[in-house]
Amino acid sequence: MSAPERPRESRPAGPPRTSIWFGFASFGAVVAAQTYAILTSPAEGDMGHLQKIMYVHVPAAWMTFLSFFVVFVFSVRFLWRRRENDDLIAASAAEVGATFNGLTLMLGMIWGRPAWGVWWVWDARLTSTLVLFLIFVGYLALRAFVDDPQQKARWSAAVGAIGAINVPIVYMSVTWWRTLHQPPSSPATLDPAYTMGLRLNAIALLLVMIYLIRKRYEIARLERAIEHMAEAAAMGQGGR
Amino acid sequence: MFNGQPDRVIQVSGLGKRFGIKWVLRGVSLEVRGGEAVGLLGPNGSGKSTLLRIIGTLLKPSVGSGSVNGLDIVREAGGVRGQVGYLAHTPGLYDDLTALENLWFAADMLGLPYTAVEASLERVGLSHVAGDRVRGFSAGMQRRLALARLILRNPPVLLLDEPYSNLDADGVALMNSTIAGIVGSGGAALVALHELAPAREMLDRTLTLSDGRIAAAHGELVGRDYAVPVLGTR
Amino acid sequence: MAWRDDWRRVRAIARKDLTTELRAKAGFNAVASLGVTILILLGLALGPDAQALRNAAVGSVWLATLFSGVLAFNRSFQVELESGALEPLLQYPGPRWTIFAGKLLGNLVFVTLMVAIVVAVGVVLFGVRLPTGWPALLGVLALGILGLVVLGTFYASMASRSRAREVLLPLLLFPMLVPVLLAATTASQALLGADLMHEAGAWIRLLAAYDVVFLIATFIAFEHVIEA
Repeated sequence: MSAPERPRESRPAGPPRTSIWFGFASFGAVVAAQTYAILTSPAEGDMGHLQKIMYVHVPAAWMTFLSFFVVFVFSVRFLWRRRENDDLIAASAAEVGATFNGLTLMLGMIWGRPAWGVWWVWDARLTSTLVLFLIFVGYLALRAFVDDPQQKARWSAAVGAIGAINVPIVYMSVTWWRTLHQPPSSPATLDPAYTMGLRLNAIALLLVMIYLIRKRYEIARLERAIEHMAEAAAMGQGGR
Repeated sequence: MFNGQPDRVIQVSGLGKRFGIKWVLRGVSLEVRGGEAVGLLGPNGSGKSTLLRIIGTLLKPSVGSGSVNGLDIVREAGGVRGQVGYLAHTPGLYDDLTALENLWFAADMLGLPYTAVEASLERVGLSHVAGDRVRGFSAGMQRRLALARLILRNPPVLLLDEPYSNLDADGVALMNSTIAGIVGSGGAALVALHELAPAREMLDRTLTLSDGRIAAAHGELVGRDYAVPVLGTR
Repeated sequence: MAWRDDWRRVRAIARKDLTTELRAKAGFNAVASLGVTILILLGLALGPDAQALRNAAVGSVWLATLFSGVLAFNRSFQVELESGALEPLLQYPGPRWTIFAGKLLGNLVFVTLMVAIVVAVGVVLFGVRLPTGWPALLGVLALGILGLVVLGTFYASMASRSRAREVLLPLLLFPMLVPVLLAATTASQALLGADLMHEAGAWIRLLAAYDVVFLIATFIAFEHVIEA
């Protein structure tokens, strides 16, 4: 009997256990990093203490990009090896990424209102973040509208990989199109007083992101386990 | 032939298929040997079409495996497609093209010369409407045209899904002679039917599919009298 | 030898798609009419001021193209789904990318014809003054159409078979086309203004790179999505 080349199904024994303590620790890290940043950074020239929103906004943006990268890697991996878990990880990363993306946008707008006087400007970073958010939404909508799990996995992986490829292109084209926003605040271009705060918050938010993805993945694995039990029931039951 | 047994042309084992939550096939195993025409009976929704589609590589099974002439239906799907002629329940023709254009398209895709097209149309008795658009064809004519497309290539393995629907007596005879021709030269046919009558003389044995499983097997048709083990029930 | 077989299949599919579209006249005429209608609505919505319209011309033409293009892409797979012809299509021997290439070719012809009409109407309605160097605009149009059709055909191969095809295709496609929209409109505007030729060049290069990247990516990915 030949082994079929379908996505290798996950077995019920083994969804990852994500410790609740890891969750507490990561959120605790965020609190600590935020406290540090707020207390140690001086008020900035134009924007005063408003500038401190950056300590969440910028790391959230970085996490958004990181999520896209994770989606890309696991989408490609799924298409290559057809292991169902890869698709579940990609989908979890997409959900978490969309959340961070939404957070980035909201904070960007909240930051912008007092700074620019309006809720929205069509500047490079905000606009490209919005477009990326729509790419995430498209990916999640596709998953919502496709029922067959094998087809859902294959289609999501293709759409996820191709969407992720577009991220740098979107970013670049929107940036060319507009140059209103501040120059990108990578630590190098900022006053050293701010960079430590940014780095700490980035690490803390990274921990939160990892926790959220793992948790979401764990739930996805449990959902699949339930479906497998239904499979076993359907196949083994009755029929002499 | 090995061990004095006819080659197993079609062979599936433990096939299961689900769409969303619903399991349409729940563990089907069967064999069709060279020179056999096997009927697949069962009510609507029993999974006959799904089974044929899986064997024809149009769908991948959720569980289980199968092979056609030794080629795995999942891993060597391309090879399987070269062996199999699949006739779906819906004719799958292009309504706005003429009969000829439909067959020319098929010939192009199959890499066959256009001369085969005329012969095929002749065989199914549609030469007189060759230049008419399929949109105007009756259901029976469409089925004949689909058959013409099938026999362009003379595939050794036939998977037929309700091939007799909408056919008149002539059409039924045509279908039967086509199947007999292929099976007679060592090929195999698996025919899904919801009623036995048109194919009665043609089939060697039947399997009944019910609720996604093989529920019964009968080998006493056409005077053949061998005991057929009831496969696929666990 | 295999190349010739594959190319023959690509041509056969493209020819079949175009023949079907031309015969079901409702197809092309409806899509082209929709494009023109959208242009008219945009003209009305953006106000009667001649200068405002001239500024909005390029964007309006591209938007009209995008919205009516979506119809074309779904249709190219609809023709297979309506008659149940997708199954026989997948049954033929040979590599699956030939199906994608054939559909791509058919859609390219279809959309190019539609864009020709939309552009012509747009130039008139929006009072565009064509500068002497206007043939360069054709290059921008061509590259933009290519990007649009490549991704449109690719996403339509999935959306047309899913539950909410009318909303899913634009939802997937439009965000992905942002670079095309920006590049095509900015480059066109630069060329229409007949200055900053170097700016248009950079955008054209971006468009070309985009087209190449996604042509390759979609060809690779199509194999995985076309199976049922």
